[in-house]
Amino acid sequence: MAFMMIGERINGMFKDIGEAVAKFDPKPIQDWAVKQTQAGAAYLDLNVGPTAADRKKSMEWMAKIISEVSDVPIALDSTNYDAIEAALQIIGKPGALINSCPNERAKIERVFPMAAKYGAGIVALTMDKSGIPLNADARVAHAMELVAAADEFGVPTDSLFIDPLILPCNVAQAHAPEVLEALRQIKTLCDPAPHTTLGLSNVSQNTIDRSLVNRTYVVMAICAGLDSAIIDVNDETMVESIATADMLLNHAIYCDSYVKVFRQR
Amino acid sequence: MPVEIYKDKFTGKVLEVILGATKEQGGTRAYTVKLGGSSTLPFLYYEGELPNRPVIAMEVWDIKPQWSSSFEPYYGDVWNDPVAWAKKVEEYGADVVYLKLMGADPEMENSRSAADCAKLVKDVLAATGAPLMVEGPGFPEKDNDVLQAVAEAAAGENIALGAAEKDNYRGIAAAAMMGRHCIIGRSPLDINILKQLNIMITEMGVPINKVLNDPITSGLGYGIEYSFSVMERARWGALIGDKMMALPVVCLAGPEAWRGKEANAANADAGPGWGDEKDRGIIWEAMTAAALLQAGGDLLLMRHPEAAKLVRKQIEELAVPNKY
Repeated sequence: MAFMMIGERINGMFKDIGEAVAKFDPKPIQDWAVKQTQAGAAYLDLNVGPTAADRKKSMEWMAKIISEVSDVPIALDSTNYDAIEAALQIIGKPGALINSCPNERAKIERVFPMAAKYGAGIVALTMDKSGIPLNADARVAHAMELVAAADEFGVPTDSLFIDPLILPCNVAQAHAPEVLEALRQIKTLCDPAPHTTLGLSNVSQNTIDRSLVNRTYVVMAICAGLDSAIIDVNDETMVESIATADMLLNHAIYCDSYVKVFRQR
Repeated sequence: MPVEIYKDKFTGKVLEVILGATKEQGGTRAYTVKLGGSSTLPFLYYEGELPNRPVIAMEVWDIKPQWSSSFEPYYGDVWNDPVAWAKKVEEYGADVVYLKLMGADPEMENSRSAADCAKLVKDVLAATGAPLMVEGPGFPEKDNDVLQAVAEAAAGENIALGAAEKDNYRGIAAAAMMGRHCIIGRSPLDINILKQLNIMITEMGVPINKVLNDPITSGLGYGIEYSFSVMERARWGALIGDKMMALPVVCLAGPEAWRGKEANAANADAGPGWGDEKDRGIIWEAMTAAALLQAGGDLLLMRHPEAAKLVRKQIEELAVPNKY
Protein backbone atom coordinates (compact mmCIF):
# COMPACT_ATOMS: atom_id res chain seq x y z
CA MET A 1 0.00 0.00 0.00
CA ALA A 2 1.37 3.42 -0.91
CA PHE A 3 2.53 5.84 1.78
CA MET A 4 -0.25 8.15 3.05
CA MET A 5 0.62 11.81 3.41
CA ILE A 6 -1.38 13.75 6.01
CA GLY A 7 -1.30 17.44 5.12
CA GLU A 8 -0.37 19.56 8.16
CA ARG A 9 -1.02 23.06 6.88
CA ILE A 10 -4.55 23.79 8.09
CA ASN A 11 -3.47 24.56 11.64
CA GLY A 12 -4.40 27.72 13.55
CA MET A 13 -0.78 28.00 14.69
CA PHE A 14 0.01 29.33 11.20
CA LYS A 15 -0.74 33.05 11.03
CA ASP A 16 -2.99 32.94 7.98
CA ILE A 17 -5.10 30.08 9.34
CA GLY A 18 -5.24 31.60 12.82
CA GLU A 19 -6.64 34.85 11.40
CA ALA A 20 -9.09 32.98 9.19
CA VAL A 21 -10.37 30.99 12.17
CA ALA A 22 -10.79 34.10 14.31
CA LYS A 23 -12.71 35.92 11.58
CA PHE A 24 -14.59 32.92 10.13
CA ASP A 25 -12.99 33.67 6.76
CA PRO A 26 -13.20 30.47 4.69
CA LYS A 27 -10.85 31.44 1.87
CA PRO A 28 -7.35 30.73 3.30
CA ILE A 29 -8.58 27.43 4.75
CA GLN A 30 -10.22 26.30 1.52
CA ASP A 31 -7.24 27.41 -0.57
CA TRP A 32 -4.91 25.25 1.54
CA ALA A 33 -7.34 22.35 1.38
CA VAL A 34 -7.27 22.48 -2.41
CA LYS A 35 -3.51 22.98 -2.59
CA GLN A 36 -2.79 20.02 -0.32
CA THR A 37 -5.31 17.86 -2.16
CA GLN A 38 -3.59 18.59 -5.48
CA ALA A 39 -0.24 17.72 -3.91
CA GLY A 40 -1.56 14.22 -3.17
CA ALA A 41 -2.55 14.37 0.51
CA ALA A 42 -4.38 11.24 1.71
CA TYR A 43 -5.76 13.13 4.75
CA LEU A 44 -6.09 16.82 5.63
CA ASP A 45 -5.23 17.63 9.23
CA LEU A 46 -7.58 20.19 10.78
CA ASN A 47 -6.47 22.07 13.91
CA VAL A 48 -8.38 25.15 15.05
CA GLY A 49 -5.32 26.54 16.87
CA PRO A 50 -5.21 29.08 19.70
CA THR A 51 -7.42 31.83 18.19
CA ALA A 52 -10.77 30.03 18.33
CA ALA A 53 -13.11 31.46 20.91
CA ASP A 54 -15.34 28.37 20.73
CA ARG A 55 -13.32 25.32 19.65
CA LYS A 56 -16.41 23.17 18.99
CA LYS A 57 -18.02 25.81 16.76
CA SER A 58 -14.79 26.48 14.88
CA MET A 59 -14.09 22.80 14.34
CA GLU A 60 -17.60 22.21 12.97
CA TRP A 61 -17.23 25.19 10.65
CA MET A 62 -13.77 24.15 9.41
CA ALA A 63 -14.93 20.56 8.76
CA LYS A 64 -17.85 21.91 6.75
CA ILE A 65 -15.89 24.31 4.56
CA ILE A 66 -13.08 21.82 3.90
CA SER A 67 -15.58 19.15 2.83
CA GLU A 68 -17.02 21.64 0.33
CA VAL A 69 -13.78 21.82 -1.66
CA SER A 70 -12.12 18.45 -1.13
CA ASP A 71 -13.08 14.77 -1.00
CA VAL A 72 -9.93 13.94 0.95
CA PRO A 73 -10.78 12.61 4.45
CA ILE A 74 -10.09 14.90 7.41
CA ALA A 75 -7.86 14.25 10.42
CA LEU A 76 -9.51 16.07 13.35
CA ASP A 77 -6.64 17.40 15.43
CA SER A 78 -7.74 18.36 18.95
CA THR A 79 -7.69 17.33 22.59
CA ASN A 80 -11.32 18.41 22.91
CA TYR A 81 -13.24 15.24 22.15
CA ASP A 82 -16.64 16.98 22.18
CA ALA A 83 -15.40 19.27 19.41
CA ILE A 84 -14.19 16.22 17.51
CA GLU A 85 -17.52 14.47 17.91
CA ALA A 86 -19.37 17.54 16.64
CA ALA A 87 -17.11 17.66 13.60
CA LEU A 88 -17.61 13.92 12.95
CA GLN A 89 -21.34 14.58 12.81
CA ILE A 90 -20.81 17.36 10.28
CA ILE A 91 -18.61 15.07 8.17
CA GLY A 92 -21.35 12.44 8.29
CA LYS A 93 -19.49 9.53 6.67
CA PRO A 94 -16.83 7.01 7.73
CA GLY A 95 -13.13 7.48 6.99
CA ALA A 96 -12.20 10.51 9.12
CA LEU A 97 -9.27 10.30 11.51
CA ILE A 98 -9.34 11.25 15.19
CA ASN A 99 -6.02 12.88 16.03
CA SER A 100 -5.27 11.80 18.73
CA CYS A 101 -5.62 9.57 21.80
CA PRO A 102 -2.85 8.56 24.24
CA ASN A 103 -2.66 5.30 26.19
CA GLU A 104 -4.80 6.61 29.09
CA ARG A 105 -7.83 4.58 30.09
CA ALA A 106 -10.24 7.50 30.59
CA LYS A 107 -9.44 8.92 27.17
CA ILE A 108 -9.55 5.50 25.54
CA GLU A 109 -13.03 5.02 26.95
CA ARG A 110 -14.07 8.37 25.45
CA VAL A 111 -12.40 8.08 22.04
CA PHE A 112 -12.45 4.42 20.99
CA PRO A 113 -16.24 3.93 21.16
CA MET A 114 -16.63 7.21 19.25
CA ALA A 115 -14.31 5.91 16.53
CA ALA A 116 -16.28 2.68 16.29
CA LYS A 117 -19.56 4.58 16.14
CA TYR A 118 -18.54 6.99 13.38
CA GLY A 119 -16.26 4.60 11.44
CA ALA A 120 -13.29 6.84 12.12
CA GLY A 121 -9.63 5.93 12.46
CA ILE A 122 -7.57 6.87 15.50
CA VAL A 123 -4.09 8.31 15.76
CA ALA A 124 -3.03 6.48 18.94
CA LEU A 125 -0.04 7.82 20.88
CA THR A 126 2.48 5.57 22.62
CA MET A 127 2.48 7.65 25.80
CA ASP A 128 0.53 8.05 29.03
CA LYS A 129 0.31 10.55 31.89
CA SER A 130 3.96 9.96 32.74
CA GLY A 131 5.03 11.21 29.33
CA ILE A 132 6.86 9.87 26.30
CA PRO A 133 9.11 6.90 27.11
CA LEU A 134 12.62 6.81 25.66
CA ASN A 135 13.19 3.24 24.74
CA ALA A 136 11.54 1.30 21.96
CA ASP A 137 10.25 -1.52 24.18
CA ALA A 138 8.30 0.89 26.34
CA ARG A 139 6.77 2.53 23.26
CA VAL A 140 5.82 -0.86 21.89
CA ALA A 141 4.25 -1.82 25.23
CA HIS A 142 1.95 1.19 24.89
CA ALA A 143 1.20 0.17 21.31
CA MET A 144 0.19 -3.31 22.46
CA GLU A 145 -2.26 -1.86 24.96
CA LEU A 146 -3.72 0.41 22.27
CA VAL A 147 -4.17 -2.57 19.94
CA ALA A 148 -5.90 -4.45 22.78
CA ALA A 149 -8.18 -1.45 23.31
CA ALA A 150 -9.08 -1.44 19.62
CA ASP A 151 -10.07 -5.06 19.90
CA GLU A 152 -12.08 -4.34 23.08
CA PHE A 153 -14.10 -1.52 21.52
CA GLY A 154 -14.58 -2.97 18.05
CA VAL A 155 -12.20 -0.66 16.18
CA PRO A 156 -10.52 -2.57 13.28
CA THR A 157 -6.76 -2.75 13.86
CA ASP A 158 -6.09 -1.24 10.47
CA SER A 159 -8.07 1.86 11.52
CA LEU A 160 -5.37 2.50 14.12
CA PHE A 161 -2.52 4.84 13.24
CA ILE A 162 0.02 4.23 16.00
CA ASP A 163 2.29 7.22 16.59
CA PRO A 164 5.48 6.36 18.49
CA LEU A 165 6.07 10.11 18.93
CA ILE A 166 9.21 11.63 17.47
CA LEU A 167 10.85 14.47 19.42
CA PRO A 168 13.21 17.25 18.23
CA CYS A 169 16.58 15.79 17.31
CA ASN A 170 18.53 18.70 18.77
CA VAL A 171 17.20 18.36 22.33
CA ALA A 172 16.04 14.71 22.40
CA GLN A 173 18.41 13.10 19.95
CA ALA A 174 18.33 9.61 21.52
CA HIS A 175 14.66 9.27 20.63
CA ALA A 176 15.16 9.20 16.88
CA PRO A 177 16.66 5.68 16.62
CA GLU A 178 14.32 4.33 19.31
CA VAL A 179 11.31 5.46 17.27
CA LEU A 180 12.66 3.55 14.27
CA GLU A 181 13.00 0.35 16.31
CA ALA A 182 9.51 0.86 17.72
CA LEU A 183 8.07 1.21 14.20
CA ARG A 184 9.62 -2.10 13.19
CA GLN A 185 8.05 -3.91 16.11
CA ILE A 186 4.64 -2.21 15.89
CA LYS A 187 4.16 -3.61 12.41
CA THR A 188 4.38 -7.16 13.82
CA LEU A 189 1.78 -6.73 16.58
CA CYS A 190 -1.27 -8.11 14.83
CA ASP A 191 -2.83 -9.04 11.49
CA PRO A 192 -3.85 -6.81 9.82
CA ALA A 193 -1.07 -4.67 11.24
CA PRO A 194 -1.96 -1.20 12.51
CA HIS A 195 -0.86 1.74 10.44
CA THR A 196 1.93 3.88 11.81
CA THR A 197 2.34 7.62 11.74
CA LEU A 198 4.54 10.44 12.98
CA GLY A 199 4.21 14.18 13.42
CA LEU A 200 7.26 14.48 11.26
CA SER A 201 7.98 18.20 11.62
CA ASN A 202 8.68 17.66 15.32
CA VAL A 203 12.00 16.04 14.48
CA SER A 204 13.37 19.30 13.09
CA GLN A 205 11.91 21.76 15.61
CA ASN A 206 14.46 24.60 15.83
CA THR A 207 17.12 22.84 13.78
CA ILE A 208 18.95 24.17 10.79
CA ASP A 209 17.60 23.21 7.32
CA ARG A 210 14.37 21.69 8.60
CA SER A 211 13.44 20.33 5.19
CA LEU A 212 16.66 18.30 4.98
CA VAL A 213 16.21 16.84 8.45
CA ASN A 214 12.52 16.03 7.82
CA ARG A 215 12.98 14.30 4.49
CA THR A 216 15.96 12.30 5.68
CA TYR A 217 14.12 11.04 8.74
CA VAL A 218 10.93 10.19 6.86
CA VAL A 219 12.88 7.96 4.45
CA MET A 220 14.62 6.22 7.36
CA ALA A 221 11.27 5.74 9.04
CA ILE A 222 9.60 4.39 5.90
CA CYS A 223 12.24 1.67 5.78
CA ALA A 224 11.44 0.84 9.41
CA GLY A 225 7.70 0.55 8.77
CA LEU A 226 6.23 4.06 8.69
CA ASP A 227 3.24 4.11 6.34
CA SER A 228 1.88 7.63 6.96
CA ALA A 229 3.02 10.95 8.42
CA ILE A 230 1.75 14.43 9.15
CA ILE A 231 3.92 16.53 6.85
CA ASP A 232 4.15 19.58 4.65
CA VAL A 233 2.79 17.99 1.45
CA ASN A 234 3.75 21.09 -0.49
CA ASP A 235 7.45 20.53 0.27
CA GLU A 236 8.45 19.22 -3.17
CA THR A 237 11.72 17.60 -2.13
CA MET A 238 9.98 15.91 0.79
CA VAL A 239 7.31 14.38 -1.41
CA GLU A 240 9.90 13.36 -4.00
CA SER A 241 11.91 11.60 -1.29
CA ILE A 242 8.85 9.75 -0.02
CA ALA A 243 7.84 8.73 -3.55
CA THR A 244 11.38 7.51 -4.21
CA ALA A 245 11.52 5.52 -0.97
CA ASP A 246 8.17 3.92 -1.81
CA MET A 247 9.45 2.94 -5.25
CA LEU A 248 12.78 1.66 -3.90
CA LEU A 249 10.87 -0.59 -1.49
CA ASN A 250 9.10 -2.10 -4.53
CA HIS A 251 5.70 -0.79 -3.42
CA ALA A 252 5.10 0.60 -6.90
CA ILE A 253 6.56 -0.36 -10.25
CA TYR A 254 9.17 2.07 -11.51
CA CYS A 255 8.37 4.34 -14.43
CA ASP A 256 9.96 7.64 -15.40
CA SER A 257 6.96 9.56 -14.01
CA TYR A 258 6.92 7.71 -10.70
CA VAL A 259 6.82 10.90 -8.58
CA LYS A 260 3.85 12.26 -10.52
CA VAL A 261 2.03 8.93 -10.23
CA PHE A 262 2.71 8.88 -6.48
CA ARG A 263 0.81 12.16 -6.04
CA GLN A 264 -2.23 10.87 -7.91
CA ARG A 265 -4.47 8.72 -5.83
CA MET B 1 -7.22 -32.22 10.88
CA PRO B 2 -8.89 -29.33 9.06
CA VAL B 3 -6.51 -27.26 6.96
CA GLU B 4 -7.03 -23.51 6.88
CA ILE B 5 -6.72 -22.21 3.36
CA TYR B 6 -4.62 -19.08 3.45
CA LYS B 7 -6.15 -16.35 1.32
CA ASP B 8 -4.33 -13.25 0.15
CA LYS B 9 -6.42 -10.12 0.34
CA PHE B 10 -5.56 -7.62 -2.33
CA THR B 11 -6.47 -3.95 -2.15
CA GLY B 12 -6.39 -3.38 -5.88
CA LYS B 13 -7.92 -4.95 -8.95
CA VAL B 14 -7.59 -4.92 -12.69
CA LEU B 15 -9.84 -2.42 -14.46
CA GLU B 16 -12.61 -3.77 -16.64
CA VAL B 17 -12.38 -2.72 -20.28
CA ILE B 18 -15.27 -3.31 -22.66
CA LEU B 19 -14.65 -4.00 -26.35
CA GLY B 20 -17.33 -3.54 -28.98
CA ALA B 21 -20.69 -1.78 -28.97
CA THR B 22 -24.16 -3.19 -29.62
CA LYS B 23 -27.00 -1.31 -31.28
CA GLU B 24 -28.15 0.10 -27.93
CA GLN B 25 -24.64 1.40 -27.36
CA GLY B 26 -24.25 3.05 -30.77
CA GLY B 27 -22.56 0.22 -32.69
CA THR B 28 -23.60 -2.81 -34.68
CA ARG B 29 -21.87 -5.65 -32.80
CA ALA B 30 -23.90 -8.70 -31.85
CA TYR B 31 -22.29 -8.63 -28.40
CA THR B 32 -19.53 -6.94 -26.42
CA VAL B 33 -16.67 -8.57 -24.52
CA LYS B 34 -15.46 -7.57 -21.08
CA LEU B 35 -11.77 -7.86 -20.30
CA GLY B 36 -10.13 -7.75 -16.90
CA GLY B 37 -11.77 -7.09 -13.53
CA SER B 38 -9.67 -9.59 -11.56
CA SER B 39 -9.13 -8.97 -7.88
CA THR B 40 -6.77 -11.89 -7.40
CA LEU B 41 -4.21 -13.99 -9.29
CA PRO B 42 -5.31 -16.02 -12.33
CA PHE B 43 -7.89 -18.75 -11.73
CA LEU B 44 -7.77 -18.53 -7.91
CA TYR B 45 -11.56 -18.28 -7.64
CA TYR B 46 -11.50 -19.12 -3.96
CA GLU B 47 -9.50 -16.01 -3.21
CA GLY B 48 -11.23 -13.19 -5.03
CA GLU B 49 -13.28 -12.08 -7.99
CA LEU B 50 -12.44 -13.15 -11.54
CA PRO B 51 -15.57 -11.88 -13.27
CA ASN B 52 -14.42 -12.26 -16.88
CA ARG B 53 -12.92 -15.33 -18.53
CA PRO B 54 -9.93 -14.91 -20.82
CA VAL B 55 -11.12 -14.18 -24.34
CA ILE B 56 -9.88 -15.66 -27.63
CA ALA B 57 -9.28 -13.37 -30.59
CA MET B 58 -8.35 -14.82 -33.97
CA GLU B 59 -6.03 -13.31 -36.51
CA VAL B 60 -7.05 -12.13 -39.96
CA TRP B 61 -4.70 -10.51 -42.48
CA ASP B 62 -5.70 -8.20 -45.29
CA ILE B 63 -3.32 -9.98 -47.69
CA LYS B 64 -2.51 -13.63 -48.30
CA PRO B 65 0.06 -14.72 -45.68
CA GLN B 66 3.05 -17.03 -46.08
CA TRP B 67 2.00 -19.42 -43.35
CA SER B 68 2.75 -23.09 -42.73
CA SER B 69 0.82 -25.59 -44.83
CA SER B 70 -1.08 -26.70 -41.74
CA PHE B 71 -3.32 -23.68 -42.23
CA GLU B 72 -4.30 -24.55 -45.77
CA PRO B 73 -7.28 -26.80 -44.92
CA TYR B 74 -8.68 -24.11 -42.64
CA TYR B 75 -8.14 -20.86 -44.51
CA GLY B 76 -7.11 -21.93 -48.00
CA ASP B 77 -10.36 -20.71 -49.52
CA VAL B 78 -10.36 -17.30 -47.83
CA TRP B 79 -6.71 -16.23 -48.04
CA ASN B 80 -7.48 -13.59 -50.64
CA ASP B 81 -10.67 -12.24 -49.08
CA PRO B 82 -10.23 -10.68 -45.65
CA VAL B 83 -13.98 -10.22 -45.22
CA ALA B 84 -14.62 -13.92 -45.85
CA TRP B 85 -11.64 -14.76 -43.63
CA ALA B 86 -13.13 -12.68 -40.79
CA LYS B 87 -16.42 -14.55 -41.13
CA LYS B 88 -14.48 -17.82 -41.08
CA VAL B 89 -12.76 -17.08 -37.77
CA GLU B 90 -16.13 -16.28 -36.28
CA GLU B 91 -17.25 -19.74 -37.41
CA TYR B 92 -14.16 -21.17 -35.71
CA GLY B 93 -15.36 -19.64 -32.45
CA ALA B 94 -13.38 -16.40 -32.19
CA ASP B 95 -14.76 -14.07 -29.52
CA VAL B 96 -13.00 -11.16 -31.18
CA VAL B 97 -11.71 -10.57 -34.73
CA TYR B 98 -8.15 -9.21 -34.89
CA LEU B 99 -7.40 -7.61 -38.25
CA LYS B 100 -3.71 -7.10 -39.01
CA LEU B 101 -3.25 -4.63 -41.90
CA MET B 102 -0.06 -6.19 -43.28
CA GLY B 103 -1.03 -5.03 -46.77
CA ALA B 104 -0.63 -1.42 -45.67
CA ASP B 105 3.13 -1.91 -45.30
CA PRO B 106 4.45 1.21 -47.07
CA GLU B 107 7.47 -0.68 -48.43
CA MET B 108 5.25 -3.12 -50.29
CA GLU B 109 4.26 -2.72 -53.89
CA ASN B 110 0.61 -1.64 -54.12
CA SER B 111 0.60 -0.84 -50.43
CA ARG B 112 -2.97 -0.51 -49.17
CA SER B 113 -3.87 3.14 -48.65
CA ALA B 114 -5.38 4.52 -45.47
CA ALA B 115 -8.66 5.07 -47.31
CA ASP B 116 -8.70 1.46 -48.53
CA CYS B 117 -7.95 0.23 -45.03
CA ALA B 118 -10.91 2.23 -43.75
CA LYS B 119 -13.16 0.72 -46.40
CA LEU B 120 -11.95 -2.78 -45.57
CA VAL B 121 -12.68 -2.25 -41.88
CA LYS B 122 -16.19 -1.07 -42.76
CA ASP B 123 -16.73 -4.20 -44.85
CA VAL B 124 -15.42 -6.48 -42.11
CA LEU B 125 -17.69 -4.83 -39.57
CA ALA B 126 -20.67 -5.19 -41.88
CA ALA B 127 -19.99 -8.91 -42.35
CA THR B 128 -19.32 -9.89 -38.73
CA GLY B 129 -20.88 -9.59 -35.27
CA ALA B 130 -17.78 -9.92 -33.09
CA PRO B 131 -15.94 -6.95 -31.58
CA LEU B 132 -12.95 -5.90 -33.69
CA MET B 133 -9.31 -5.07 -33.05
CA VAL B 134 -7.21 -3.48 -35.79
CA GLU B 135 -3.41 -3.39 -35.88
CA GLY B 136 -1.51 -1.18 -38.30
CA PRO B 137 1.38 -2.40 -40.46
CA GLY B 138 3.96 -1.34 -37.88
CA PHE B 139 5.44 1.75 -39.54
CA PRO B 140 4.83 4.88 -37.41
CA GLU B 141 3.70 7.32 -40.09
CA LYS B 142 1.60 4.80 -41.95
CA ASP B 143 0.16 3.48 -38.68
CA ASN B 144 -1.01 6.96 -37.80
CA ASP B 145 -2.67 7.59 -41.18
CA VAL B 146 -4.24 4.16 -41.32
CA LEU B 147 -5.51 4.11 -37.75
CA GLN B 148 -6.95 7.64 -38.00
CA ALA B 149 -8.90 6.61 -41.08
CA VAL B 150 -9.96 3.31 -39.53
CA ALA B 151 -11.04 5.04 -36.31
CA GLU B 152 -13.33 7.36 -38.26
CA ALA B 153 -14.73 4.55 -40.39
CA ALA B 154 -15.49 2.49 -37.30
CA ALA B 155 -17.03 5.30 -35.27
CA GLY B 156 -19.42 4.00 -32.65
CA GLU B 157 -18.14 0.42 -32.76
CA ASN B 158 -15.66 0.73 -29.87
CA ILE B 159 -12.88 -1.18 -31.64
CA ALA B 160 -9.31 -1.45 -30.39
CA LEU B 161 -6.52 0.37 -32.26
CA GLY B 162 -3.00 -0.96 -32.12
CA ALA B 163 -0.27 -0.63 -31.50
CA ALA B 164 0.78 2.53 -29.68
CA GLU B 165 4.40 2.52 -28.58
CA LYS B 166 6.57 4.85 -26.54
CA ASP B 167 7.99 6.52 -29.65
CA ASN B 168 4.71 6.64 -31.55
CA TYR B 169 1.56 6.95 -29.52
CA ARG B 170 0.15 10.45 -29.97
CA GLY B 171 -1.55 9.98 -33.32
CA ILE B 172 -3.07 6.67 -32.30
CA ALA B 173 -4.20 8.04 -28.93
CA ALA B 174 -5.81 10.99 -30.70
CA ALA B 175 -7.58 8.62 -33.09
CA ALA B 176 -8.80 6.52 -30.15
CA MET B 177 -10.07 9.60 -28.33
CA MET B 178 -11.89 11.07 -31.32
CA GLY B 179 -13.50 7.77 -32.27
CA ARG B 180 -14.08 6.73 -28.62
CA HIS B 181 -12.23 3.49 -29.27
CA CYS B 182 -9.90 1.40 -27.15
CA ILE B 183 -6.16 1.54 -27.63
CA ILE B 184 -3.47 -1.12 -27.29
CA GLY B 185 -0.28 0.15 -25.66
CA ARG B 186 2.73 -1.99 -26.50
CA SER B 187 6.14 -2.03 -24.81
CA PRO B 188 9.25 -4.06 -25.68
CA LEU B 189 9.23 -6.49 -22.74
CA ASP B 190 9.90 -3.56 -20.45
CA ILE B 191 7.51 -3.10 -17.56
CA ASN B 192 8.74 0.39 -16.76
CA ILE B 193 8.09 1.59 -20.30
CA LEU B 194 4.71 -0.14 -20.26
CA LYS B 195 3.71 1.84 -17.18
CA GLN B 196 5.10 5.09 -18.55
CA LEU B 197 3.22 4.54 -21.82
CA ASN B 198 -0.05 4.10 -19.91
CA ILE B 199 0.61 7.40 -18.17
CA MET B 200 1.40 9.19 -21.44
CA ILE B 201 -1.66 7.79 -23.20
CA THR B 202 -4.02 8.75 -20.38
CA GLU B 203 -2.43 12.19 -20.07
CA MET B 204 -3.47 12.80 -23.66
CA GLY B 205 -7.05 12.26 -22.59
CA VAL B 206 -7.78 8.63 -23.41
CA PRO B 207 -9.94 7.32 -20.56
CA ILE B 208 -8.00 4.73 -18.58
CA ASN B 209 -10.71 2.13 -19.03
CA LYS B 210 -10.07 2.16 -22.78
CA VAL B 211 -6.42 1.13 -22.53
CA LEU B 212 -5.18 -2.43 -23.11
CA ASN B 213 -1.58 -3.56 -22.58
CA ASP B 214 0.56 -5.69 -24.88
CA PRO B 215 3.85 -6.38 -23.07
CA ILE B 216 5.03 -8.39 -26.12
CA THR B 217 4.58 -12.07 -25.47
CA SER B 218 7.34 -14.09 -27.07
CA GLY B 219 6.57 -17.61 -28.17
CA LEU B 220 7.51 -20.75 -26.31
CA GLY B 221 11.26 -21.25 -26.47
CA TYR B 222 11.92 -17.75 -27.74
CA GLY B 223 11.72 -15.68 -24.59
CA ILE B 224 8.30 -16.50 -23.16
CA GLU B 225 9.77 -16.45 -19.68
CA TYR B 226 10.55 -12.75 -20.00
CA SER B 227 6.97 -12.07 -20.99
CA PHE B 228 5.75 -14.24 -18.14
CA SER B 229 7.86 -12.26 -15.63
CA VAL B 230 6.67 -8.92 -16.93
CA MET B 231 3.04 -10.05 -16.85
CA GLU B 232 3.41 -11.47 -13.35
CA ARG B 233 4.96 -8.28 -11.98
CA ALA B 234 2.36 -6.14 -13.72
CA ARG B 235 -0.52 -8.23 -12.38
CA TRP B 236 0.95 -8.21 -8.86
CA GLY B 237 1.37 -4.42 -9.07
CA ALA B 238 -2.24 -4.05 -10.16
CA LEU B 239 -3.44 -6.15 -7.23
CA ILE B 240 -1.45 -4.20 -4.63
CA GLY B 241 -2.90 -0.93 -5.87
CA ASP B 242 -0.69 0.31 -8.72
CA LYS B 243 -3.43 1.89 -10.83
CA MET B 244 -1.26 2.49 -13.87
CA MET B 245 -0.56 -1.23 -14.11
CA ALA B 246 -4.14 -2.31 -13.54
CA LEU B 247 -5.10 -2.85 -17.16
CA PRO B 248 -6.13 -6.00 -19.04
CA VAL B 249 -3.30 -7.69 -20.92
CA VAL B 250 -3.50 -8.87 -24.53
CA CYS B 251 -1.14 -11.62 -25.66
CA LEU B 252 -0.31 -12.09 -29.34
CA ALA B 253 0.35 -15.78 -28.73
CA GLY B 254 -0.49 -16.95 -32.26
CA PRO B 255 1.81 -14.74 -34.36
CA GLU B 256 4.65 -15.11 -31.86
CA ALA B 257 4.43 -18.90 -31.49
CA TRP B 258 4.35 -19.42 -35.26
CA ARG B 259 7.63 -17.51 -35.73
CA GLY B 260 9.56 -20.42 -34.30
CA LYS B 261 11.07 -23.12 -36.49
CA GLU B 262 9.66 -25.70 -34.10
CA ALA B 263 6.17 -24.65 -35.13
CA ASN B 264 6.88 -24.55 -38.87
CA ALA B 265 9.55 -27.09 -39.81
CA ALA B 266 8.53 -29.83 -42.21
CA ASN B 267 9.29 -33.35 -40.95
CA ALA B 268 12.36 -33.53 -43.21
CA ASP B 269 13.89 -30.51 -41.46
CA ALA B 270 12.70 -31.29 -37.97
CA GLY B 271 14.97 -32.08 -35.05
CA PRO B 272 14.96 -35.45 -33.30
CA GLY B 273 11.89 -36.07 -31.17
CA TRP B 274 10.07 -33.02 -32.54
CA GLY B 275 7.01 -34.96 -33.60
CA ASP B 276 4.85 -34.77 -36.68
CA GLU B 277 4.56 -31.42 -38.43
CA LYS B 278 0.80 -31.83 -38.63
CA ASP B 279 0.37 -31.34 -34.86
CA ARG B 280 3.57 -29.65 -33.85
CA GLY B 281 2.74 -26.04 -34.66
CA ILE B 282 -0.73 -26.40 -33.18
CA ILE B 283 0.68 -27.68 -29.89
CA TRP B 284 3.44 -25.05 -29.90
CA GLU B 285 0.85 -22.31 -30.20
CA ALA B 286 -1.49 -23.89 -27.64
CA MET B 287 1.33 -24.28 -25.09
CA THR B 288 2.42 -20.69 -25.58
CA ALA B 289 -1.11 -19.51 -24.93
CA ALA B 290 -1.59 -21.85 -21.97
CA ALA B 291 1.50 -20.47 -20.24
CA LEU B 292 0.39 -16.90 -20.82
CA LEU B 293 -3.01 -17.67 -19.33
CA GLN B 294 -1.26 -18.53 -16.08
CA ALA B 295 0.49 -15.16 -16.12
CA GLY B 296 -2.82 -13.33 -16.36
CA GLY B 297 -3.47 -12.97 -20.09
CA ASP B 298 -6.96 -11.50 -20.51
CA LEU B 299 -7.14 -11.79 -24.30
CA LEU B 300 -5.19 -14.32 -26.35
CA LEU B 301 -4.68 -13.77 -30.05
CA MET B 302 -4.71 -17.21 -31.65
CA ARG B 303 -3.93 -18.15 -35.22
CA HIS B 304 -4.67 -21.86 -35.75
CA PRO B 305 -8.28 -22.94 -35.17
CA GLU B 306 -7.17 -26.25 -33.61
CA ALA B 307 -4.90 -24.44 -31.15
CA ALA B 308 -7.73 -22.05 -30.33
CA LYS B 309 -9.99 -25.05 -29.67
CA LEU B 310 -7.47 -26.58 -27.27
CA VAL B 311 -7.01 -23.32 -25.40
CA ARG B 312 -10.74 -22.66 -25.19
CA LYS B 313 -11.17 -26.12 -23.64
CA GLN B 314 -8.45 -25.37 -21.10
CA ILE B 315 -10.03 -22.03 -20.17
CA GLU B 316 -13.37 -23.73 -19.62
CA GLU B 317 -11.77 -26.39 -17.42
CA LEU B 318 -9.80 -23.82 -15.40
CA ALA B 319 -12.78 -21.53 -14.99
CA VAL B 320 -14.60 -23.92 -12.69
CA PRO B 321 -15.00 -22.11 -9.39
CA ASN B 322 -12.97 -23.73 -6.61
CA LYS B 323 -14.36 -21.85 -3.68
CA TYR B 324 -13.45 -23.21 -0.23
